[in-house]
Amino acid sequence: MMDRIAALGRTGLDVIASLGRACQFLAGVVGGVPKPSVGFPLLVKQLYAVGVLSLAIVVVSGLFIGMVLGLQGYTILSDFGSEAAIGQMIALTLVRELAPVVAALLFAGRAGSALTAEIGLMKATEQLSSMEMMGVDPLRRVIAPRLWAGFISLPILAMIFAVVGVWGGMLVGVEWLGVYEGSYWGNMQASVDFVDDVLNGLIKSVVFGFVCAWIAVYQGYDCVPTSAGISSATTKTVVYSSLAVLGLDFVLTAVMFGNF
Amino acid sequence: MAQRTTEIIVGLFIIAGLAALLFLALQVSGLSPKAAGATYKLHANFNDIGGLAPRGRISMAGVTVGTIESITLDRETFQARVTMSIHKDVDNIPADSAAVIRTSGILGEQYIDISIGGDLESLKEGDTFYSTQSAMNLERMISNFASGR
Amino acid sequence: MASSAYISLNDVVFSRSGRRIFDGVSLDIPKGRITAIMGPSGTGKTTLLRLIGGQLRPDSGQVVVAGREVPKLKRKELYLLREKMGMLFQSGALFTDLSVYENVAFPLRVHTRLPEDMIRDIVLMKLEAVGLRGARKLMPSELSGGMTRRVALARSIALDPELIMYDEPFAGQDPIAMGVLVKLIRDLNSSMGLTSVLVSHDVPESLSICHYACIIADGKVIGEGTPDELRAHPSERVQQFLKGQPDGPVPFHYPNNDAASDFGIRGGGA
Repeated sequence: MMDRIAALGRTGLDVIASLGRACQFLAGVVGGVPKPSVGFPLLVKQLYAVGVLSLAIVVVSGLFIGMVLGLQGYTILSDFGSEAAIGQMIALTLVRELAPVVAALLFAGRAGSALTAEIGLMKATEQLSSMEMMGVDPLRRVIAPRLWAGFISLPILAMIFAVVGVWGGMLVGVEWLGVYEGSYWGNMQASVDFVDDVLNGLIKSVVFGFVCAWIAVYQGYDCVPTSAGISSATTKTVVYSSLAVLGLDFVLTAVMFGNF
Repeated sequence: MAQRTTEIIVGLFIIAGLAALLFLALQVSGLSPKAAGATYKLHANFNDIGGLAPRGRISMAGVTVGTIESITLDRETFQARVTMSIHKDVDNIPADSAAVIRTSGILGEQYIDISIGGDLESLKEGDTFYSTQSAMNLERMISNFASGR
Repeated sequence: MASSAYISLNDVVFSRSGRRIFDGVSLDIPKGRITAIMGPSGTGKTTLLRLIGGQLRPDSGQVVVAGREVPKLKRKELYLLREKMGMLFQSGALFTDLSVYENVAFPLRVHTRLPEDMIRDIVLMKLEAVGLRGARKLMPSELSGGMTRRVALARSIALDPELIMYDEPFAGQDPIAMGVLVKLIRDLNSSMGLTSVLVSHDVPESLSICHYACIIADGKVIGEGTPDELRAHPSERVQQFLKGQPDGPVPFHYPNNDAASDFGIRGGGA
């Protein structure tokens, strides 16, 4: 019995210690901003690796999710004779929820895991150590550009996701199922508010981008530098990011759209 | 050279993101840069607004001509006072037009439809609709029908 | 001796996750010489280099490099001190996303503001010194193990350090690559006057190039001296390590209970 309580206590302490390490790590990364002349090319390179290379999966998923929303929405709404509201339904679900959340999940799977594996491998092959021995802080040189790149990329990806989704919904709803195009856009414009819906969705994706990138680089930096350690860190990145995104989404939705 | 290509691609990526945001702002949420100055306000009093809500649609002959700005309760008449903003280019609504609350579909959202009158004068900024028709209450209709009245 | 010591460790104690790795190690490394630190695997030889480089802090004791006490340095001072150190990692630790040329240029770009043509000259000079000037356009993934280490060596000497530390430079190398590395380490030492610390368990190669060697086992220095002094060392453990005998003071078997009971044979019975 006492053993179990002790084990629980130890687990709790471990969790708190690792949270503390993660925050310390974050302070180290954000605290030291490299010189723009050095930092900018590094950031651009990471924006390419993290953002641009995730574009394909985000666009394809956005298109299909928009099309599915169009199809499902039409089936249900046509029962009530209000299939014209399909534009409103698609746009609101996408802008408020699906674009930030699904883009973040895809991002964690596509870019987050890659970041973790890359940093973990750099640790395992002593690249981070050797950088330290050369008098270069790897937190600033390696980690910071990756963190910022994730932070900047995800909102962009989420916006693109939403637009492609709206377009995919139109493809199905208007082109295929014959909803009048004017009412598709008209209903959408009447019900979607820029500040309440679009900007709140954007804020969500900014938060998710930060959390996902933080988890990814921290897991990479903190991993046990062996093949098993890297693979478990990569798994953790995807699992923790997904859980964090879904949990935070609930909190943010409650704060932004809940009426209290 | 490779660095430059990367920079260009990343630049395009960021532009695509901004374009997407712009699209969401203009096309999806219908935010229009001139919208702020391009409307005028009208009022209408209703006995019962049903499920009408701010940001709802105002239409004329089925065409959206404005949005509902706010809904308040008039403390003296106990009526709902709805403030609407109407697009500036629809400045010739006849003064004897009626504001009618309608429902799109059977269970769809409620909106205000302006049924056109024949007066030569037209409503100006701050005017109130003379005649209104409140929301159709499905329950009341059914009970009226059931009791044979 | 004390006056010419570039690095001196004084009664260093270091433990990691409850295990005591160094238990009072004292060691002087002379300036301008090659010192070999040898010992069986798992005795924390790499840890020793990290203590010298300031990546780890000892629990107690002093680590003095170039007259400065490393564990007490502030971050900035430590990074400045590290610019005078080069370290050759076991795996080479080349940056996999940069070409050979860029890898060698990396420390120069970070720590100096030399114009590009000067960086180019230095990089090519360093690559020439390790015989890989022709390989400058290759990526690290295209290099063999021996070449990787030579590039890493060129990178560690790019800033003309005072001290260079080699972590297992010979491990897993074919005889030719090993010969090349031995020659490079010796040449660099004599031509640049570098203080070199060599961590290895390859006894013949290490003894053939070092001026001074010490053997660490079980958290302590068990023998030190010139290669000749070590070969004549009276300690049995030193002799076992140098000659590579499978059994001796360090037993062949990991500490274990009686074999008979593990195999299920009843001792002494039928």
